[in-house]
Amino acid sequence: MNKVDTNVTTHDIDVARLPTYVYGSHSMMWWGTMGLMLIEGTVFAITVVVYFYLRSHSQTWPVNRAPELFWGGLNTLIMLASLVPNQLAKRAAEREDKQRARWWLVACLLFALTFLVVRVFEFGALNTRWDSNAYGSVVWMLLALHTTHLVTDTIDTTVLAVLMFTGPLEGKRFVDVSENAMYWYFVVGSWLPIYAVIYWGARL
Amino acid sequence: MNPSPAVEPRNAVLDRTWSDPPGLIGWLSAINHKTISVRFMLTTFGFFAAGGVLALLIRLQLTVPDNKLIGPDFYNQLFTMHGTTMMFLFAVPVMQAVATYLVPLMIGARGIAFPRMNAFAYWIFLFGGLMLYAAFILDIGPDAGWFAYPPLAGPEYSPGKRTDFWAQLITYTELSGLLEAVILITTIFKMRAPGMTLNRMPLFVWTMLVTSFMVMFAMPSVMLASTALITDRLVGTHFYNPAEGGDVVLWQHLFWFFGHPEVYLIFIPPLGFMSSIIATFARRPIYGYPVMVLAIIATAFLAFSLWVHHMFATNVPELGKSFFTAASAMIAIPTAAQMFCWIATLWAGRLNFRTPMLFALSFFFILLIGGLTGVMLASVSLDLQVHDTFFVVAHLHYVLIGGAVFPLFGAFYYWFPKFTGRMMGERLGKWNFWLMFVGFNVAFFPMHIAGLRGMPRRVYTYPAEMGWGLLNLISTIGAAILAVGILLFVVNVLLSRKRGDMAGADPWAAGTLEWATSSPPSPGNFPRPPVVGSRFPLWSKDGVAGTVRGLADDRREVLVTSVNDAVPNHRAVMPESSPWPFVSAVAVTVLFIGSIFTPWAIVWGAVLCTPPLVIWFWPKRGPTQKNIEREVKP
Repeated sequence: MNKVDTNVTTHDIDVARLPTYVYGSHSMMWWGTMGLMLIEGTVFAITVVVYFYLRSHSQTWPVNRAPELFWGGLNTLIMLASLVPNQLAKRAAEREDKQRARWWLVACLLFALTFLVVRVFEFGALNTRWDSNAYGSVVWMLLALHTTHLVTDTIDTTVLAVLMFTGPLEGKRFVDVSENAMYWYFVVGSWLPIYAVIYWGARL
Repeated sequence: MNPSPAVEPRNAVLDRTWSDPPGLIGWLSAINHKTISVRFMLTTFGFFAAGGVLALLIRLQLTVPDNKLIGPDFYNQLFTMHGTTMMFLFAVPVMQAVATYLVPLMIGARGIAFPRMNAFAYWIFLFGGLMLYAAFILDIGPDAGWFAYPPLAGPEYSPGKRTDFWAQLITYTELSGLLEAVILITTIFKMRAPGMTLNRMPLFVWTMLVTSFMVMFAMPSVMLASTALITDRLVGTHFYNPAEGGDVVLWQHLFWFFGHPEVYLIFIPPLGFMSSIIATFARRPIYGYPVMVLAIIATAFLAFSLWVHHMFATNVPELGKSFFTAASAMIAIPTAAQMFCWIATLWAGRLNFRTPMLFALSFFFILLIGGLTGVMLASVSLDLQVHDTFFVVAHLHYVLIGGAVFPLFGAFYYWFPKFTGRMMGERLGKWNFWLMFVGFNVAFFPMHIAGLRGMPRRVYTYPAEMGWGLLNLISTIGAAILAVGILLFVVNVLLSRKRGDMAGADPWAAGTLEWATSSPPSPGNFPRPPVVGSRFPLWSKDGVAGTVRGLADDRREVLVTSVNDAVPNHRAVMPESSPWPFVSAVAVTVLFIGSIFTPWAIVWGAVLCTPPLVIWFWPKRGPTQKNIEREVKP
């Protein structure tokens, strides 16, 4: 075992020299983040099932015009592009390169604010209201659920960025930046099927 | 069997480090897992008592035909509050509460993962329950049943706020339940003592691991269902409105996709209680450990295949019903496998009829009846005949009370000495058990017959000529006996806390690690966490192969190990006590309750929630600087 002394007399273990933080699946924060992703992913999956369930019970779908493609497509491209600074922030954090981690976090934050602005236009381009009919209700629910994750992740990224610029800086903050980046992969990864359902599901 | 190893001597510095702070602010700031768990257990038991009183009122009204003690409107509130209380405020959360106390002790950990989140989950749960009961007392409590089917629960037939409070309660309890699941999974996977490989984990820990994963797949469904109900009622969405393309059966799919696994969230942890109690009182490890673990996992998977059997009376296609009939019948297989393993354990052991064992043994009798009627209900043709009759009510209560409440009481008698350092009274325990057992069977067995004779559930009165009067009278008498039995339990707890015999560390000569801590455990649980060498460490010569040295005494330091083999990987410093989980829960409560009255509460509630959540996360400069000085990089 790495860095562990074993006293052969009694099988005692001395852990005093083990690290006080680690990256990836060995850390408890990774498991907490995975747990939240599993829960939120389940909510998304069930909502998509609701969409197709309601569609299967409907004579006309979509009940209104399908959503305009421009704003959703633009946001999808922006989100895919955001994976680059996201990965660079993650790498910088895991190398404990404070300067690069700071600035790539700021870049991520700028991307996040951009998505949120475009998201407002996406809602406007849905061509239906939440209270128009069941189709409108489920489409707004899908987009609102994903937006909730965008907003909370933006706040998390902001807090981390501010912490990175104010001291003192513990090693586990770098772990937090790394986990925040992993979570962002989930936010973008979950958006792709939601985008397909909202924008293209209405065109099947 | 070797004598138990001596409990490690107390360490005053460590005790101070892991203790909760004194005073009112300290009380609100507590995050030690045992402190939060005891509060959680007391709170869930309080709701159980409240739900029991509601049940007694129901039984009083049904005692005789044409009774007018309680009118139909209030009766509707009673059965809604009773069902909601028992299913959402007692049965699932009490299992999580017991688990957050015992799991760290059983796996040799000093604490729990994410302890502040654990405190937050408790406060959210408490505030949700208080909100529901405040609404009930103010005569705006829910009245559309504990599973709140639209269109009855929709805006047209349930105007006003009653159902809104019910739906918002769901948001509270599921948020709390989901957070607890993340905590338990992370604790079990990452904080086990060195040497406690997955195949050495106590069966109770396995049950909590499995149910925590089930929570993460099941609870999102009811959360989404109730959110859609809230938005249908409050902002004009149409999820359940057929006139606008919605569907009322959608609710049933979403609700029962959660609701049937929920029965197993309630039933599976007591399987762990059973294994702990039977091993100890038979004086031998449970027979067939791998079979037991596979049966627990199989039960979890099958639990997600069953939801439509609550909907056999709807328009679900026949082929779908056939699948769900087969899946429903199959659930008997892993349960039977576990029954076999317990009986095999008992068969080879010497029986010891202490009170915990009486409660465990009653499980076999009561759950067998519940299981047999469950297999009957798995059949579409029979289910159609008895759907929404008292036969189903009887089945449900046999499964949940026999499968969960009796083992839970047994677990409480078993672990109370560990929680408090005192033994529960054995004579009072036996009186408690027999009154509960007789009362339960007298209360609920006649309901099978009343149901087969056609008595519908949820009716507030019935005419004499239906011939159900005697059965209902017997049931009410049984309920009263059951209530007296539970009252004796409360008396036993109160007397024993102060005057019970001193328990010592291991009063049962049991084999799992929690019995290697003092009674009650010190704040940091294990002054020197064990190195584990077997499945029942206290029963084997090499079961505790050594101890862990090198964890700090002056800060909340825990050892993190690998998932499969529990090999030491790193140390983690856990957070200190903090009032911010409590403050955050208050802010979330403002958001949740406000949103019942105006959707704008989502906006300013979110603004209100953000500062305490950020402050919670924000590091304190002094302690952070000290931690930096002691950091060891990966």
